[in-house]
Amino acid sequence: MNILICIKQIPDTETQIKIDSGGKGIQTADIKWVMNPYDEFGVEEALRIKEKNGGKVIVVGVGPQRVVESLRTSLAMGADEAIHVDDPAADGGDALATARVLAAAVKQVPFDLIFCGQRAVDDDNAQVGAALSELLQIPLLSVITKVEISDDKTKVKVTRPVEGATWVFETTLPALITTQKGLNEPRYASLPGIMKAKKKPLAAKKLGDLGLSADQVGAAGSKLTIKALTPPPERKAGKIIEAETPQEKGAILVKLLREEAKII
Amino acid sequence: MGKGILIIAEQRGGTLRKISLELVSEGRRLADQSGQKVAAVVLGHQLGEEPKKLAAYGADTIYVADAPELKHYTPEAYTAVLSDLIKSQEPDIVIGGASQQGKELAAKLAARLETGLAMDCVGLRLEGDLLIAKRPIYAGKLFAEVMCETARPQMATGRPNVFAIQEPDASKAAEIVTVEVAIKPEDLRTTLVEELADQTGKVDLTEATCIVSGGRGMKEADNFVILEKLAGIIGATVGASRSAVDAGWRPQSDQVGQTGKVVNPNLYVACGISGAIQHLAGMGSSKVIVAVNKDPDAPIFQKADYGIVGDLFEVVPVLEEEFKKIM
Repeated sequence: MNILICIKQIPDTETQIKIDSGGKGIQTADIKWVMNPYDEFGVEEALRIKEKNGGKVIVVGVGPQRVVESLRTSLAMGADEAIHVDDPAADGGDALATARVLAAAVKQVPFDLIFCGQRAVDDDNAQVGAALSELLQIPLLSVITKVEISDDKTKVKVTRPVEGATWVFETTLPALITTQKGLNEPRYASLPGIMKAKKKPLAAKKLGDLGLSADQVGAAGSKLTIKALTPPPERKAGKIIEAETPQEKGAILVKLLREEAKII
Repeated sequence: MGKGILIIAEQRGGTLRKISLELVSEGRRLADQSGQKVAAVVLGHQLGEEPKKLAAYGADTIYVADAPELKHYTPEAYTAVLSDLIKSQEPDIVIGGASQQGKELAAKLAARLETGLAMDCVGLRLEGDLLIAKRPIYAGKLFAEVMCETARPQMATGRPNVFAIQEPDASKAAEIVTVEVAIKPEDLRTTLVEELADQTGKVDLTEATCIVSGGRGMKEADNFVILEKLAGIIGATVGASRSAVDAGWRPQSDQVGQTGKVVNPNLYVACGISGAIQHLAGMGSSKVIVAVNKDPDAPIFQKADYGIVGDLFEVVPVLEEEFKKIM
């Protein structure tokens, strides 16, 4: 089986995010970039499926030179090949514009299954996987915590937790799955893995290599635009409840929630 | 003026979900500002009278797509029916729920219709015909105002428990329109094998109006029973910090934060949670935050409306008793 994973680099979740002087982007000077945590589940799941069924694992990333580091991390975990779409015109796109780049890249290799993170924890869009499934016209299975490939490798059965229930879906391959926490525990790259990764193929592509023009992708190819970024509403400093005993503190709190906050 | 606002309603087992009422109410408010009509669409099978309920919340027209293939949600079949409806009706704005089902469906639809989608919005307003959607990014560390100027329909999904439900007016009636359902075989590749109902019956964190959460200070899995008891009294859902989940004390589905669920309750009670930046991002938009923590310097107190510095194992049972007196 050929399994692809689309990865995104995001600011480490420890980062204090600050708005830049233009008001529509963030300050990137001191950011440590890491692989989106949900994408790691996709890499791990792809490796497990390959270990059981054979095949090849290919990881795809779009973005500037720094993305190579996350692609190498995936290779060090065990992926076989990487594709890096490194073209400034592809940056800053909305979900559909970004999915167009990914679609063009993945169409160049045969695949049975594609993994994307269920969302990237930067813009929290939760759209690129769905848009990619539309462009490729393959079934979409979102926010998945369990993946089972059929013995004849033509179908996949997945588990999807939703509000108050769990749905089990089955569909035909090829398909696109977006990954949720709980799917697996991603492995760390081993030292031999890191050494091997240096020699694994990592293909750099420009838009022209993918048959795309600059007006189809990136900001130019986007429908959704940012009007402004704002900091979250300030929460005013809270009230620490002062009293002698836990009993008194608890009683005061419940009284305040009822009479002052009026939410009980 | 645009050709109206379409709300994608959501039902489960033939019953409309709360998010549908929230969004029809919000659609009505936007429509009243701009002199437009609001339509809602319900997909399912053997829906009976249920879709008509949306009239009382402000829908002028209710489209009903009722077919055996739509009995249970699948992304391909639902997308196919909705994209056909949108192409024929040409609404100016389409709004769905930022629920598990709604987010997936809206994302597929926006791609198929080649338009922009503002996901998981906490505020919607109109500037003329232009929908300005406010949405948290970085799990709430920032907010973005986004818009779609060059394509139609303008699409958004609304976060549960944000948009107020209008007082239902039983005297209002809506035009009921039956949607012709024609689904191609390739849209039926995905099938539901089984649906397992959550036996606990607890409200999902993303839709809960009240949450009691525990962190590292809970010390072990069994201690969460005191949070469960408190939650039972006040009708809350129990959540957890990442450290409690990573320690194996709670399931992944309970995790609140940037890499878990982003929540928006009226009351959030954080017990033994220090308040890592990722956790604060995920619960920072709660209307009222209460923190119980031994450490007076814990960052959670910077976000909390009310704080109790003390041992949660002493404080939580007191809260349970005090709430019992008034509930």
